[in-house]
Amino acid sequence: MNAILHDLIDPQSILFLIWTTLAKSAGILCVVLGMVSYTVYAERRVSSLIQDRLGPNRTGFPLGLFGNLFGIKWRDWSPILGGLGQPIADALKLLLKEEFTPAFVKKLYFWIAPGLGIGAAIIALAVIPFGSKIWGVDMVIANVDIGPLFIFAISSLGVYGIVLAGWSSNSKYPFFGAVRSTSQLISYELALGLSVVPLFLIIGKLNLVEIVNYQVQNGWMLLPGLTAGKPPTLQQALLWVPTLLAFITFTVAMFAETNRLPFDLPEAETELVGGYHTEYSSLKFALFFLGEYTAMITGSAFIVTLFLGGWHCPFIPDGSAFSVGGVLFGLINIAVFFTKVFGVLLFFIAIRWTLPRFRYDQLMKLGWIWMFEVALINIFLTAFILAFVR
Amino acid sequence: MSSILFWIFAALTLGFGAATLLNRNPVASALCLVVSLLGLSALFFGLEAYFIAVIQILVYAGAVMVLFLFIIMLLDIKAQERRPLSLPVLLGGAAVIGFFVSQILLVLRCFPAGKEPFPALAVDAAHPLLDARNIGITLFSAYNLPFQVIGVLILVASIGVVVLSKRELK
Repeated sequence: MNAILHDLIDPQSILFLIWTTLAKSAGILCVVLGMVSYTVYAERRVSSLIQDRLGPNRTGFPLGLFGNLFGIKWRDWSPILGGLGQPIADALKLLLKEEFTPAFVKKLYFWIAPGLGIGAAIIALAVIPFGSKIWGVDMVIANVDIGPLFIFAISSLGVYGIVLAGWSSNSKYPFFGAVRSTSQLISYELALGLSVVPLFLIIGKLNLVEIVNYQVQNGWMLLPGLTAGKPPTLQQALLWVPTLLAFITFTVAMFAETNRLPFDLPEAETELVGGYHTEYSSLKFALFFLGEYTAMITGSAFIVTLFLGGWHCPFIPDGSAFSVGGVLFGLINIAVFFTKVFGVLLFFIAIRWTLPRFRYDQLMKLGWIWMFEVALINIFLTAFILAFVR
Repeated sequence: MSSILFWIFAALTLGFGAATLLNRNPVASALCLVVSLLGLSALFFGLEAYFIAVIQILVYAGAVMVLFLFIIMLLDIKAQERRPLSLPVLLGGAAVIGFFVSQILLVLRCFPAGKEPFPALAVDAAHPLLDARNIGITLFSAYNLPFQVIGVLILVASIGVVVLSKRELK
């Protein structure tokens, strides 16, 4: 018994590795799924703000007895906090709806498809460092040397969910949605992969933890002079140009990969009813919804890790110290990371309600003629600066 | 790699590989091939060859098989009809299988190093195994010329595809 207890706190033992990994996975899952529901809420509130509406502002938390006990009246607070219960009500509604499977679908594939989409989005989160260290434990679920490639590989599997959903639904609009989605994802995957190659040329590492550590020492990729606490060298200053180009191409490609407006042709309501999930209802539809927003969060976390310094915030030390302060700073680092992710998500939302949808040929042209070429030239530009400017 | 995981993933790879051949529905076949490729990539992960494993998923499972599936769905290829088995076909198949199995056995017999366990790589905190870097250095130094030639070959092939597919439009 004592040996097991000792193993539980010995950083070298397998048991320690297993329970910390499980704890980290559970924590990330809870945080990200909670974030999904409140991103949907934020999306609805921001869209109503942009369109001069009110949005969901009524469903609050019934304080009931507690309210009476402490003299808090929900109604006084509801103009500010109202609507915060909306995600929970939405989830309950989706859970309790009738689970309907049309008779004409191909059942096996119809049932597998929703799981594939969300599975890919969640697994990709495993390699993203969401904090520095707490009591010597790295705040990343899997610290592998091929982090970015792993994310690209796993998220490229997410397209199977969409393809299978569209095909197994056996009706024309979902099928069109799936076909559009597949060609869009394949086209933009190239730009997505190529656009971040300059970063790896600059940093020289493929490990996401090392990439964040590089940014802690040399300033965030996107704001090198402001966050490093020292003036950038000539080379660093010049490298800011390809970094900015990489950021723009990567973000645009990420919008296309997550099927967000202005690139949401796979589910263009005016043309395709609902796109690939037209025939789905209740919890299966909810899984697609969840998968889409989780992919958005994974994408934002990826952008934050690569370009915005991950968990780093100037003047806040990392949590590597073995003390109460160290643990506190570790927790603050995690909070900083998720705040940044939420900032990028708000940017995603603002873009959605600002730009109109692209036409399909415009989308393909942008992907193949602009994004792909810019990303390719950017690689050469970076290599040139790295080789000839000291 | 723990041998239990090895056996699980090996069985997965081979089982779904066989299912790829046995399925009559082309979509099911393609999906079985995807699972088989994922199992193969898991085997690479077990050997700590992370780069190859991820490229396996990225290129084959993520891109090539999606295109396969796309074409199958777009052309709406129907499931194949069941045909009566004929003796010559069975005999021919058995002969081919026998030939390849005996070839593998012969090669294994003449290659004694194949029976010995591979010496473990000296990997520790000071010398991490950066396989992406190592593969890059090997490709661009020892195999530089073949690598460039393959690049030109692929360029020729892609230009050829563009020329062939554009011809009908004029």
